[in-house]
Amino acid sequence: MSNNPTILPKDAAAAEGKVNVQINGKWYRFPKGTRIADACNSVGVHVPCFCYHPKLSVAGSCRMCLVEQGMPPRLAPGATPTYGEDGYQPIQWMPRAVIACANTVAENMGIRTDAKLCNEARRGVLEFLLTNHPLDCPICDQAGECKLQEYTTDYGSGTHRFTEDKTKKGKNISIGPRVNLDQERCVLCRRCVRFMKEIVGEEVLGVVGRGTHNAIACYPGTSLDSNYSMNVVDICPVGAMTSKDFRFKMRVWFLKSTPTIDVNCGTGTNINIWTREQQVYRITPRQNDEVNSCWMPDSHRLNYKYINAPERLLTPLVKTDHGAPQRPSTWDATLNMVVEQLHSCAPTETAIICSARMTNEELYMVRALARQLGVTKIDIVPRKGENDGMLVSDDRNPNTNGAKLILGKNGSGLAAIRRGIKNNSIRFLIALGEDVTEEAGIEAEDLEALDYILAMSHSENATTKAADVVLPGVTFAEKYGTMINVAGRIQRLNKAIEPQGEARPDWDILRQLTELLGCDCPRVIACPSPMIILEEMAQEFEAMKGLTWGNIGNGGVVIMDTGVTIPLIEREKGKK
Amino acid sequence: MSLIDTIWNWCVDLLSNEIWFYLITTVVKLVLMFAVILAFVVLSVWIERRVAGWIQDRPGPNRAGIPLQLFQRFGSKEKQPLKEWLHFFGIPETCWIAKLCTWLRLDREIPTFGLMQPCLDGGKLFLKQELTPSYVRKVYFTIAPMLVLGPPMVAAAVIPFASSVTTDFGTINMVVANIGIGPLWIFAISGLSVYGLTLAGWSSNSKYPFLGGLRATAQLISYEVAMGLSIIPLLMVFSTLNMQDIVQYQADNGWTLLPLWGEGLSWQRWALMAPLGLSFIIFVTCVFAEANRTPFDMAECETDLVGGYHSEYSSMKFASFFMGEYAAMVIGSALVVTLFLGGWSIGFGADEALHSVCSWLAVFCQFIMFLVKLVAFIFFFVWVRWTLPRFRWDQVMKLGWLVFLELAVANIFLTAAVLYFVK
Amino acid sequence: MSYIPVKRPKFSLLDKVYVVELVKGLAITLKHLVLSLLGKSRSKKDFNGKGVGACMPFPEQRWDAHMPDYYRGAPSLVRGEDGRERCVSCQLCEFICPARAIKITPGAVSPDAACQKQEKAPAEFEIDMLRCIYCGMCQEVCPEQAIFLSKEYLITVTDRKKAVRDKATLYKLGGTRKGLVNKWNQYK
Repeated sequence: MSNNPTILPKDAAAAEGKVNVQINGKWYRFPKGTRIADACNSVGVHVPCFCYHPKLSVAGSCRMCLVEQGMPPRLAPGATPTYGEDGYQPIQWMPRAVIACANTVAENMGIRTDAKLCNEARRGVLEFLLTNHPLDCPICDQAGECKLQEYTTDYGSGTHRFTEDKTKKGKNISIGPRVNLDQERCVLCRRCVRFMKEIVGEEVLGVVGRGTHNAIACYPGTSLDSNYSMNVVDICPVGAMTSKDFRFKMRVWFLKSTPTIDVNCGTGTNINIWTREQQVYRITPRQNDEVNSCWMPDSHRLNYKYINAPERLLTPLVKTDHGAPQRPSTWDATLNMVVEQLHSCAPTETAIICSARMTNEELYMVRALARQLGVTKIDIVPRKGENDGMLVSDDRNPNTNGAKLILGKNGSGLAAIRRGIKNNSIRFLIALGEDVTEEAGIEAEDLEALDYILAMSHSENATTKAADVVLPGVTFAEKYGTMINVAGRIQRLNKAIEPQGEARPDWDILRQLTELLGCDCPRVIACPSPMIILEEMAQEFEAMKGLTWGNIGNGGVVIMDTGVTIPLIEREKGKK
Repeated sequence: MSLIDTIWNWCVDLLSNEIWFYLITTVVKLVLMFAVILAFVVLSVWIERRVAGWIQDRPGPNRAGIPLQLFQRFGSKEKQPLKEWLHFFGIPETCWIAKLCTWLRLDREIPTFGLMQPCLDGGKLFLKQELTPSYVRKVYFTIAPMLVLGPPMVAAAVIPFASSVTTDFGTINMVVANIGIGPLWIFAISGLSVYGLTLAGWSSNSKYPFLGGLRATAQLISYEVAMGLSIIPLLMVFSTLNMQDIVQYQADNGWTLLPLWGEGLSWQRWALMAPLGLSFIIFVTCVFAEANRTPFDMAECETDLVGGYHSEYSSMKFASFFMGEYAAMVIGSALVVTLFLGGWSIGFGADEALHSVCSWLAVFCQFIMFLVKLVAFIFFFVWVRWTLPRFRWDQVMKLGWLVFLELAVANIFLTAAVLYFVK
Repeated sequence: MSYIPVKRPKFSLLDKVYVVELVKGLAITLKHLVLSLLGKSRSKKDFNGKGVGACMPFPEQRWDAHMPDYYRGAPSLVRGEDGRERCVSCQLCEFICPARAIKITPGAVSPDAACQKQEKAPAEFEIDMLRCIYCGMCQEVCPEQAIFLSKEYLITVTDRKKAVRDKATLYKLGGTRKGLVNKWNQYK
């Protein structure tokens, strides 16, 4: 193997702090202390596990990950090890299988995951697990992504030798406001118990009963009501823990998952949106060890209902006269009308309130629009909340850093705009993606008093009701774009569904408006997609230099140092 | 009375004028021919479907009748028996009209053995929504169906459907255009119909119609050659290109394939049967190919080309193709009947005999005879269609170029030799 | 891949000329035509046909009594002997349906249902008979023996919307079926 016969592979590996391991006949190098299961999975050799989760402590209780393991023969005193032609010692295979999750790799170790011994062992484990399993896959929400189902088709025997009555346990038990428990389906891997104890730090779940009556339950007087409770649904390998929100909504094999990010706070939690036929059914966290590990808060997870809500704006709305009701209109007519109206607005009496919930590309277009109109009174609406010490950031805007970078605004100028509206020095308001009556603190009477309001929003709210022209934008699930999170990491938003009705992506509305207003800058009007806008921004801003849609990737790239960290990630790093 | 006399005299004057006489008789013949072809298109559709049914042990379309029972509740809530209707129109029950109506039971659905079916199909196609795909070449897409339906109608002009009648004003020749180049005219005009198929295939801007159009073109060229060459032996025997003369010759000397009277009884004539029979086989096959009929319907071969050149057509444009196909079949049959089966001639000297009795009667009988022969050959067309499976494309091409072309050329020399040595 | 070489028949010159074979073919079809017209078609008795050919004249004479057991008509939902709606809305039929004719809105069983263990039942179950191709895949895939192809073949509607059958119609069509596995037992 090695070109230089004087250096043995073990010495070469040791120099890197690694060990040589043979997996299914091929040699690999892994860092010392790597778990066998992790080592196998990292080179594409699948090891089935129920109880093992890389982010949790090792329980070693399910015995599903049994692999055949071998080591070099133990030497007699005084004997020297013999090396084969390839520089490795011969492997002596052990007669019993070992669990891959609780053992670490060692020098010259051999692992076989496809041996007859492993398959027999797994079949035995599965047969035991299935003795009391209710086999109600047709009604189980986990069906289709259930580990027990998958491993049974991979390794199971296909027949049932257990003909006695099954143990009766609790079914459909509400153990928290968002989670249901089915004790019969449970394989007692205790992932949920460990998650609540180790990650959330609230010990509410435990195992009760003895022998075959073992079951997961909440401690008396407690319930699974943490803001992170729904993560147990994700990590549960079977259908024991199920989401009340997703219960009986749709079978998972109909759903298409789109990797994107969450927009409820500055953390920018990585998520998958699960959709079918332009309908969002659920959101699950996506692993990103630098942002959210494998978890996400329930509050963010369940905040998707507005995407398919009846409050969505589906067509442009215009008031033909002051005081007249809003009427649906077409895009071309509306945009031309808006251009005419904006031309008659004095730039000094106009203010733009945009949103740090917009993507960088949209903010770039907002800036182009403001420059075209000559408006200088422009700011975002800041949103402050409480940091929960886990994943929810105190900044409840997902892209405050983007607004700072592109517009140079952080919300400090909002008070001036508010005052201007109060004392009538601002007569015209452009509200982009924000309901200005809420966090921006502009009173409804003041809005009434304004001469002209142009609102762009995805859903109906107090501002759009008061607006002279409403342009229907889209939610985060319907557009592409990038956002910069509190830690300065730029991440991608992906389109999961098509825009509802006649709504258009916000960047496209702003681009067309700017073009119709007479902008001839090719860097603005010639942008056919957010990807191209990103390239334009990469040329302009130092922080974004060299960024493209492709090299941001699904994990994102850190582009600025903000000094802010995510507590949960810090804790996880500290453990290692 | 004087008014009628005046009109009568005016008509006589008009008909005495040679030019007006020619024009009026031609227009009448034209209308007659046109009506016959259209009626035969409908009839041949019916024959096709009924015969297909019988061959496949089915009844075929036998339902559609004339729904007179609809009139039972015409304008009233309750069903009216026939008697009340007769009463409504003031016809007494004892009247012979009332008796006839009752005997015929005119308040029921009058059965037509399914003959109404093609008419209803036509009505359905006429009322159907017409879809024109957005990607087609609109102009050519629209004119293609017309180009398919037009040529067979025009080609029919030279086909004689009876002999001539001598009247006080002149002789009426029972052919629309009595020209000296009959077969050439038919070949030239019917060859045009392929432009319709090719244009339809090309303008549809879709792959299967395009392939269908290409196949139609290639097939037409391949078989047009053999077809033209195959009738040369015939023309050598007849020594004329005038269709009326050709039929007259057959009436006098026996049909081409059935020389049982006149000169036809001579052994020399029978010696000619070999080349003429060969001509017949080649010609009929080519007519099948020209009319795009199974086993040669490569251009609309549904197993590999969806619907071929008319895949993208619907409603009346599709109906035009459909009718064009059957019109081509009718014209093809008429041509075969005229050239090989004696055209309008009744045979066995009956033509002469009838003429000596009354020429109008003779012409009427000849016309009926022509239609009977036409129906018989259309039946043969249909019969072959439901017997033979479709050929493969390469077989079609091979048959046209490697077999029929050579055979037809050889046949010319064979005929020449027979004529030279025997006659 | 294994394959079986098929020997092409050797054609004599007479076969190749094709005319004789053609005449033979024409004779066969003519025989059928004549027998049809005489009302003596070969399989007439099997089909219980009347008149010309071997066909049943449809509306007057019906298939019903002659329908084989394997006949695949319109799909229907069935109840078990205990009267329970067998469908648990697992949506496998919706998934397998090649024509996408089935649309299921899943829901929970009503609180007064006798069998609560089943937990799930369709809130709505729609089959679009204009899309259905009667392939029977839904019946084959059903893990609950809940959907069966009935022998109903007369499906005529006057409106596209009427072609969509809802849950009530499907249960009415399917009725109660005997001898099915009852798997929602407490201890199974």
